Amino acid sequence: MKTDNAVISENICIAADVFRMKLKTSIADEIKCGQFVNVSVPGYFLRRPISCAEASDGEMTLIYKIVGAGTKQMSLMKEGETVSLFGPLGNGFPMLDEDILLAGGGIGVPPLLYTARLYREKGREVTVVLGFNRKEDVILEDEFEALGCQVYTAVMDGTYGISGTVSDGLDACGCSDRTILACGPLPMLKAVSERFDKGYVSLEARMACGMGACMGCVVKDHDGSSYRVCSDGPVFEIGKVVL
Amino acid sequence: MDLRVKLPGLDLKNPVIPASGCAGYGRELAELYDLSLLGGIAVKSATAEERFGNPVPRIAETPAGMLNAIGLQNHGVDYIIEKEMPFLEQFDTCVLANVAGASEEEYIEVIRKMNTCNRVDAYELNISCPNVKHGGIGLGTDPALAANITRMAKEAADKPVYVKLSPNVTNIAEIALAVEEAGADGLVLINTLLGMRIDLKTGKPLLANLTGGLSGPAIKPVAVRMVYQCAKEVHIPIIGVGGISSAEDVLEFLNAGASAVEVGAANFADPYICPKIIEELPDVLKRYGYASVKEAVGRSLI
Repeated sequence: MKTDNAVISENICIAADVFRMKLKTSIADEIKCGQFVNVSVPGYFLRRPISCAEASDGEMTLIYKIVGAGTKQMSLMKEGETVSLFGPLGNGFPMLDEDILLAGGGIGVPPLLYTARLYREKGREVTVVLGFNRKEDVILEDEFEALGCQVYTAVMDGTYGISGTVSDGLDACGCSDRTILACGPLPMLKAVSERFDKGYVSLEARMACGMGACMGCVVKDHDGSSYRVCSDGPVFEIGKVVL
Repeated sequence: MDLRVKLPGLDLKNPVIPASGCAGYGRELAELYDLSLLGGIAVKSATAEERFGNPVPRIAETPAGMLNAIGLQNHGVDYIIEKEMPFLEQFDTCVLANVAGASEEEYIEVIRKMNTCNRVDAYELNISCPNVKHGGIGLGTDPALAANITRMAKEAADKPVYVKLSPNVTNIAEIALAVEEAGADGLVLINTLLGMRIDLKTGKPLLANLTGGLSGPAIKPVAVRMVYQCAKEVHIPIIGVGGISSAEDVLEFLNAGASAVEVGAANFADPYICPKIIEELPDVLKRYGYASVKEAVGRSLI
């Protein structure tokens, strides 16, 4: 955990309102799959928590969506500019000694790419179920395929792949005996949690400090005890916290 | 450059203290730097029983700042004394224990228990939290109630009591004078300003608590004004807080009459901000012709 002035080596649009930013940073050599960094955007007070989509050899990839003025500003940043990062933050996905099922919805998909690569490098079978609203939102399908993953893509409006949600994609993939690692919008994580006993979900939250000090991003378990999404999570075992 | 500041109960090696609620009990910041660098640390509020705080979202960004509505979430004073305060024993820095409650009796219960904790150097009486329905700000907006809780706290406490005041009042100097007369050893100015943001997609307030406390650079001029206003009236030391994020900001508060400062929301923008300010402070003081922190205190008031 440290701050680093990273140099942008790429910042391009890869789908509707979705950008891929590559950064030269020493944090790339420390960050684990499912962890995130807090990104400082010039002109905005709080940092943006963004998950790591890939990291190797001193370069880290962040894939983010424009959801407000801050991420809009981030999308306008140019190659060669520096951006202050704070990280690595959070616990990350577990590296289990078994074949794995990954499920991602929308902008929850990126952290699964890094996760998929690490599982493939351990020689594990990786099945990936992706869900998007529209065809123009689809990201990273080719990248998962290039890693040798089995990929099932579902699109809500029926214009591409499997018609429907991540749940429909999970029906089609037929690996429901595997441990699932999921990241995406809350309704999707709820559906995944109802369907799977074994697995982990990665949550999103509005954060301030990003390291567990401010109690801004808490979730609760079934007994009412609090957990910080930023530092106890963002990855929680299915059933651990109330979604 | 002499950065030392001597205040009741607080022998500060420099005037920089992370503000309550922004640094937990020090564990997270201690992963980034040696807490012994700090003048002190104001730890997260303690209440008599565990408090679960407000529903989320608790955080919203604003121009040059942020709103928070945490709601004094903490494990309760017993847990804090047993599990959190011992961690701070390894560091050579002053500890301000922030005390909160939903009634006068609760404040006193927390102080009596906290008296047993040797790691506490002074109390920070939080009568200004805008995010809880009972106690907190209710006691901090009425001079008679503020004086009463201060008197009770002074009777119960075996260490100096600093009273943290709310800016959400018509005349803060009136409250400052009331708590001084009631025996407060010092003031901490200011807590957050009550604010609100609306989510345009839903048309509803963005925070689940509807309102939250505004902090960050946006409130700095308000805080400087209130420190100045109170410093003109009272004779007890003031710890200034509100939007500080540089050594120049610290000097501004010192000039306005603060003897030391707390740094709050800036820790979220830059987690290393406190040691950075401490490192830069000697040069900034020198640039403006001061040989010590003490020399800079209250220059605007003369």
